[in-house]
Amino acid sequence: MNERSAGRSGFPPAYLDRVGSSFTDFLGATAPDLLPGRRPIPQLPVGDIAPHGTTIVSVTYDGGVLMGGDRRATMGNLISSRDIEKVYPADSYSVIGIAGAAGIAIEMVRLYQVELEHYEKIEGLTMSLDGKANRLAAMIRGNLGAALQGLAVVPLFAGFDLDAAPGTSPGRIFSYDVTGGNYEERGYAAVGSGSLFAKNSLKKTWRQGLPADTAFRTVVEALYDAADDDSATGGPDPVRRLYPIVYRVDAEGAVRLTDAEVAAVADAIVADRAEADRQNGPREATQLGGQP
Amino acid sequence: MTMPYYASAEQVMRDRSEYARKGISRGRSVAVLTYADGVLFIAENPSSTLHKVGEIYDRIGFAAVGRYSEFESLRVAGVRLADVRGYSYNRRDVTGRVIANAYAQTLGAIFTEQMKPYEVELCVAEVGDRPENDQLYRLTFDGSVVDEPDFVVMGGQADAVTGHLREHFHQGMGLADALQVGVRALSAVSPATAGAGNGGPTRLAAEQLEVAVLDRRRPKRAFRRVGGAALRPLLGDEQAETAGEEEPPTTAHAPSVPEPGTPPGLGDPAHPDTAGGGGEHTGRHSGDGPPAAE
Repeated sequence: MNERSAGRSGFPPAYLDRVGSSFTDFLGATAPDLLPGRRPIPQLPVGDIAPHGTTIVSVTYDGGVLMGGDRRATMGNLISSRDIEKVYPADSYSVIGIAGAAGIAIEMVRLYQVELEHYEKIEGLTMSLDGKANRLAAMIRGNLGAALQGLAVVPLFAGFDLDAAPGTSPGRIFSYDVTGGNYEERGYAAVGSGSLFAKNSLKKTWRQGLPADTAFRTVVEALYDAADDDSATGGPDPVRRLYPIVYRVDAEGAVRLTDAEVAAVADAIVADRAEADRQNGPREATQLGGQP
Repeated sequence: MTMPYYASAEQVMRDRSEYARKGISRGRSVAVLTYADGVLFIAENPSSTLHKVGEIYDRIGFAAVGRYSEFESLRVAGVRLADVRGYSYNRRDVTGRVIANAYAQTLGAIFTEQMKPYEVELCVAEVGDRPENDQLYRLTFDGSVVDEPDFVVMGGQADAVTGHLREHFHQGMGLADALQVGVRALSAVSPATAGAGNGGPTRLAAEQLEVAVLDRRRPKRAFRRVGGAALRPLLGDEQAETAGEEEPPTTAHAPSVPEPGTPPGLGDPAHPDTAGGGGEHTGRHSGDGPPAAE
């Protein structure tokens, strides 16, 4: 941002003359260097030196939608963060979770939050949920060049549809691919390195029209299962008291569930798994390498 | 030989001022008042979509009188400046002073350089964490900016409304009291209540008012419109609200469940809406990260 736009000589002409309610389009005209998609693309793959976020899970339930994410970011074979937050409120009625290159993804979330708020302030109305999903697709599309150099960002977007027809589920989930493809998911979705295992878990535990507390458990359990098999996904960490981040979006808006609520569910899951494992009987230490 | 047309600078400025003043004085008035929990905007505005009051940023609101197309483009420019600044620095770095300065410079430049000055008068209000930190900036068509205490009145009958408010306003009023003082002041001069002596209405009705607040108790976006169902009890229109007039404003707020289609940021101030980030950000990105973490 230059001094002209800082108010030294009033608003630059574009501020007064341009028509439109998109913040991204406005930045593209006035300060393109601030947009993540307008920078020179690295010539070599840089995926291993940039932290990557991992697993995000989202499910619908009878009153809306839930989204959860683990707390790990990895950089090659290293854990670069144990307490990163990868699920954010996009506005009052939607949430966004991110997997992929963390730096670009977080910048994109910030831009997206401003984009939605900007539209709302200028138009005096909230954007439709499909409109929000489309704006996000456009942002991902702009990142394709960087994605090919190892800096892919793949979000998961979920929201409460205030215009949902009666009888349809008000909670909706949209997933994306690196090219900006935008797909509405039925019931549940997961992205990131652990998504394969999380989806397998949800396949067994999730059903249409679950009540909020049961659906909440399926989210935490899916993240537990992902962490079980994927090295880049972090499980619940009772030592540091770090638990997944879970947001709930219902008719009252998006709220982050407290750490205490998530901890209670995560601890219950760990206890149940431990109990189930004990019932398999005591294990003998396996002898390796021949006879004594 | 013909004489070139000449008018002294003084004369030109005087003509432009007169032109702008005339345009502004045709419109209805807007009052911006401070109250215990923030800043209250009251506009006499029969339209429910062409707003005179708007949100600029988290703690900053905007009110205007005059020509709609002109102040609307100024409002949009203010939102853009605030959002660009907040995005490239941090949300805390957007202040009412920056916005007011940009308006002042722009209005001043238009006034001196263009044939026709803008026929607008603006108020940029910023709510602070304490009442003494609230700021009200009044901006006039020629680019002058004044930092006013307590209240700002703009529009056609500004002097009469100001006189009325001087008598009845006092600092630290609750929302309902401040609203009633403001509405009474606007009603005293409004053409809508001109028939009061002949049995007409003595006070502007809820439908003729546009009311909004900047509420310092709200976690992030302080701006909130007060309309319809929330406004009538505050005005004392509904007798069902026994003793409602004297109650603190906390009980008289809009419902915590916003009606569908309502822009977020409405509802009970205690309700941790997303805009507040859930109020619990303990992670590493809480200070400077994206999640609107204040």
